[in-house]
Amino acid sequence: MFNLQTDRDSRRFGWVMSGLAVLLPASLVLSALTGSIAIDWSVVAETIRTGRPSIDHTIIFELRLPRSASALVVGASLALAGVLMQALLRNPLADPYVLGTSGGAAVFALIVMLLGLPTQTVSLAAAAGAVLSLTLVIFLSRDAGGWSSTRLLLTGIVVASGWGALISFLLSISQQSQVQGMLFWLMGDFRGGGPGFVHCLVLFAVLVFSLFSSRGLNLLVAGTLKAESLGVHTLGLRLALLIGAGLLTAVAVTLAGAIGFVGLVVPHMMRLVVGSDHRRLIPVSVMMGGSLLVITEMLARTVLAPRQLPVGVITAFVGVPLFLYLLRRGSRTQTQ
Amino acid sequence: MTLLNAEGIEAAIGGQVVCRDLNLTLEPGRVWSILGRNGIGKTTLLLTLAGLRPLKRGHIWLGRDSLDQLSRRSRAQKIGLLFQNPEIQFPTTVNETVMNGRHPWIQRWRDSSEHDQSIVERELNRVGLQDFGSRDLSALSGGERRRVELAALAAQETELVFMDEPVNHLDLHFQTQLLKEFLAECRAKARAVVMVMHDVNLATRFSDHLLLLYGEGETRQGPVELIANEENLSGLYQHQLHRYQVGDTYFFYPA
Repeated sequence: MFNLQTDRDSRRFGWVMSGLAVLLPASLVLSALTGSIAIDWSVVAETIRTGRPSIDHTIIFELRLPRSASALVVGASLALAGVLMQALLRNPLADPYVLGTSGGAAVFALIVMLLGLPTQTVSLAAAAGAVLSLTLVIFLSRDAGGWSSTRLLLTGIVVASGWGALISFLLSISQQSQVQGMLFWLMGDFRGGGPGFVHCLVLFAVLVFSLFSSRGLNLLVAGTLKAESLGVHTLGLRLALLIGAGLLTAVAVTLAGAIGFVGLVVPHMMRLVVGSDHRRLIPVSVMMGGSLLVITEMLARTVLAPRQLPVGVITAFVGVPLFLYLLRRGSRTQTQ
Repeated sequence: MTLLNAEGIEAAIGGQVVCRDLNLTLEPGRVWSILGRNGIGKTTLLLTLAGLRPLKRGHIWLGRDSLDQLSRRSRAQKIGLLFQNPEIQFPTTVNETVMNGRHPWIQRWRDSSEHDQSIVERELNRVGLQDFGSRDLSALSGGERRRVELAALAAQETELVFMDEPVNHLDLHFQTQLLKEFLAECRAKARAVVMVMHDVNLATRFSDHLLLLYGEGETRQGPVELIANEENLSGLYQHQLHRYQVGDTYFFYPA
């Protein structure tokens, strides 16, 4: 598909892509195989053949696979949202969780739940909240010369804590019966079933757009004015990134609540391995994010089974050491 | 034939007028330098001429086309710009950086071709960084980075070449050698060059025309031999400069 020069990064890109092409389906299969209940595969096969219902078949196709599919979509969406926000804000520390985008989505979704509006509107409210929050951060941290990194991060963190306070407020005024569901929803919960058509469509559409804009993204991170001088419509591209990142965050938040860390660490990790060229970074980040969250979701429900852990806790357990290791290795090869 | 024709333009930044009713004609093969004190608006004028800042008044023509009517892409195929102090936020390789210069020539849905890659290699070769292609840009020295940016600018292959302090960070050898070769190439290919310069002597040595910005919108322009004298330059910098003749060449030295 791409004619990339044969240097170290592109050789690595080939290896990483093949590795991920194995890892992604493997993680799905592993996730279906693992759980607190042992599955009798002959029974599953028989249900598929004869159509006679069985518990084993139901566990695989109505519990485990839909959750894995959700985890896949959420992981891919968060990783892509991270890449896009980092390019938009020209800051490698940008991430839906850090900058309060997830928080904004969560607040809007909670309000809808609190008002008892139909469940379909929750996703819509979350999308509006995500885009609104991101816009707010961008406007507040903007000065004449553009965005300064520190100001942006500080604004994002303050806005995020503002959303956090609003979430606590909403929880405290909600009825006891509602709070339980809201809390589960907030902590990263995959019990909601599989991803809907709209979720998949958003991920697919934003992914295709990002892949086709990846050269523009490469220029954008080199500077807005510079990108403009090379013929990039920076205003249009940044607006598209804003909406795209907001929608992806909404997808992730409505499917699994606010999961941190994936949008920050996956792109970072992948940059160390394949470099910063978005033509490579986007596909590997999306696949890695998806695989990582499928495995995480599996661990969340098996490590302390029958107790379930919040997925966000596991993403930190898996990601932090991995990230630290890659960071050390990356800095060593650079000094050599 | 002129490549760029500015008619009665006015540029301003933060309420401060940089030039008023300025007429400027860029002919192929000519090299211009913009001189002026710090903060007088040299960069602003360069960005305005490149179509990256709105004009307060006047009009800029690229041949028969109006600059503000051109698509971003066709503009980028005609005007190349070297920025003063590009910052690096993300790790990126030398090869990728030079390839960015090819962006205006690559179809939106296509990828860079063998031809683009050969241009990138040719330009890296020219600045003496042929073995640095896969190096990380952040691992390079300031001067090496400047050479990479010059290579990217050359790879853009534009008829108008604008440079904001091209010799920033370059050591003595590259300041003279690289600039000489780069400008010779531009002249040979009938490109027009505009540079913002800090060093009066490099400007008088390498350019054939000067544009002096005095502030408050006042400007003066013309061929180097007519413009570069003690009176003009001392007034420009508000500092006494003396002209010394050494054999065929001359230089200015601040008092």
